[in-house]
Amino acid sequence: MGTTKTLSGTAAAREHPVQQITTRTDSREILANARRDIARYHLDDYFIVDVDAHHVEFDSWAEILDHLENPVLRHNAKAMTQDWPRARQLAFSNHPVGLTFQDVFGRIPHQAELGEDVEKTDEHRDLTLIRRAMDSLGIKMQVVFPQPMLEMGLHPEPDIVTAITFAYNRWFARTILPRERRVRTLLSLPFHDADASMKTIREFGETPGVVGFMVTSQRHTGVHRNVYMRIYRELEERGLPLAFHAGPSWGDHMTTTMNRFLSVHSMSFVTCNMTHMTNWIVNGLPERFPKLKVIWIESGLAWVPFMMQRLDHEYLMRQSDAPLLRRLPSEYIAEMYFTSQPLEVTMPRMLEATFQAVRAETQLMYSSDWPHWDFDVPARIAGLPFLSEQAKRNILGENARRVFRL
Amino acid sequence: MPTTQERAYVGASGRVPEGGRLVVDVGEKTIGIFRVQGRLYAWQNICAHQGGPVCQGKMIPRVTEVIDPGGESHGFAFDESHPHIVCPWHGFEYDIQTGVHPGRPAAQLIRVAVEESEDGIYVTV
Ligand code: FES
Repeated sequence: MGTTKTLSGTAAAREHPVQQITTRTDSREILANARRDIARYHLDDYFIVDVDAHHVEFDSWAEILDHLENPVLRHNAKAMTQDWPRARQLAFSNHPVGLTFQDVFGRIPHQAELGEDVEKTDEHRDLTLIRRAMDSLGIKMQVVFPQPMLEMGLHPEPDIVTAITFAYNRWFARTILPRERRVRTLLSLPFHDADASMKTIREFGETPGVVGFMVTSQRHTGVHRNVYMRIYRELEERGLPLAFHAGPSWGDHMTTTMNRFLSVHSMSFVTCNMTHMTNWIVNGLPERFPKLKVIWIESGLAWVPFMMQRLDHEYLMRQSDAPLLRRLPSEYIAEMYFTSQPLEVTMPRMLEATFQAVRAETQLMYSSDWPHWDFDVPARIAGLPFLSEQAKRNILGENARRVFRL
Repeated sequence: MPTTQERAYVGASGRVPEGGRLVVDVGEKTIGIFRVQGRLYAWQNICAHQGGPVCQGKMIPRVTEVIDPGGESHGFAFDESHPHIVCPWHGFEYDIQTGVHPGRPAAQLIRVAVEESEDGIYVTV
């Protein structure tokens, strides 16, 4: 700072080293205020597991494409990256227009890029960023997902989806997981292809750090179709959870009517999981696979009481449409697992009722969704006035410890 | 617990130019000082949402939408008379002059007393 002086009885103000947070700012500076929560809520004393966070796979896209098994596809993708300057981080992906709206046009820089400096070491850059965020947030263990790959369920070419999904999974399992025990993942299934999904489970089902598998929820398929039953059976027998990870779409029948990303994000991040949950319940999958743990990720929580009431209401009048059910839909839903983010908190009484409806004390798992624009810090849970100390501990980590056998 | 207040010298007036900002640390607290139409405004660097570093965010005018008498929209416009500070964590926007979120008056920044005298700017925290 240029001119500072301390007058008698007057403290000095020091110029803060970072005047404006940008895409180049260190994650530890961006999240400095979260570190205060660690002291305030004694978060160091909790086993905090973050069940949904993201790294930026496009930063490593060339490495990932090297893992494409088929030589022709590998050639094709690499040729794209070499000759099309703007395809270096996009080749073969399904990056939709809406994703670049997420940072509210420069207002939320960390969503657009974590472009900070890291020391040049043998360590993978993503791991350095992941550790910076975990330590700033007081998180002990993090389940890490990719980002634009969550849109692969809407990719027009299924064979490319399968190939890229295997390439990414192999890259992540070989490059990231072995280097950091605090990082875990639910690997993506190439769900449109049941054989390839089975192969994925068999290849990675015992890989250290793989705590289960995930279906990207933006896709146009019924999860009740017979072809998928062997996937569910395999996961149930292995005791591995199946997660549905939500994502946005600006291309479905409802969202194409919308003119603002606020609208698209509010709806499509939820309607995709609403659709799969409806098919899951109405077709009696909880009766067919009673031991399979199902997790719903990144749709928030407010939708769940709606689903419970709506499905209960209709089921009672149309029991013959769902003959496998022996209880109310809401009772099956209450046995599922949910991640907490983005926690809708503007109506505290409804939030409390929602926690009761989903049996949060045993079924809810904290998630940050860092570094997305709507991430939640652990204080979101630690500061809730209606939760007991034990409920907070469970939601922040103990439920995840149990579900994932950490 | 009784609170003690500290008065801190920030610097010469020119440190916060018109339309500009200076973020300073005073003890454990971080404060953003802004100047709009000649006047200084100071807010703690703690967002009403999840406690994010609001004063280190982007400064941008309030966005409005132009509606004609028939109710038809003619798109967005900037309202330069209402500069906003945007929290970089999740985008809560606050009017720099009032510290209030335009859509939710209860979401407010924590005001810091700021004064300007011949020798420069002081804050009291
Ligand atoms: S903490 Fe400021 S917008 Fe969320």
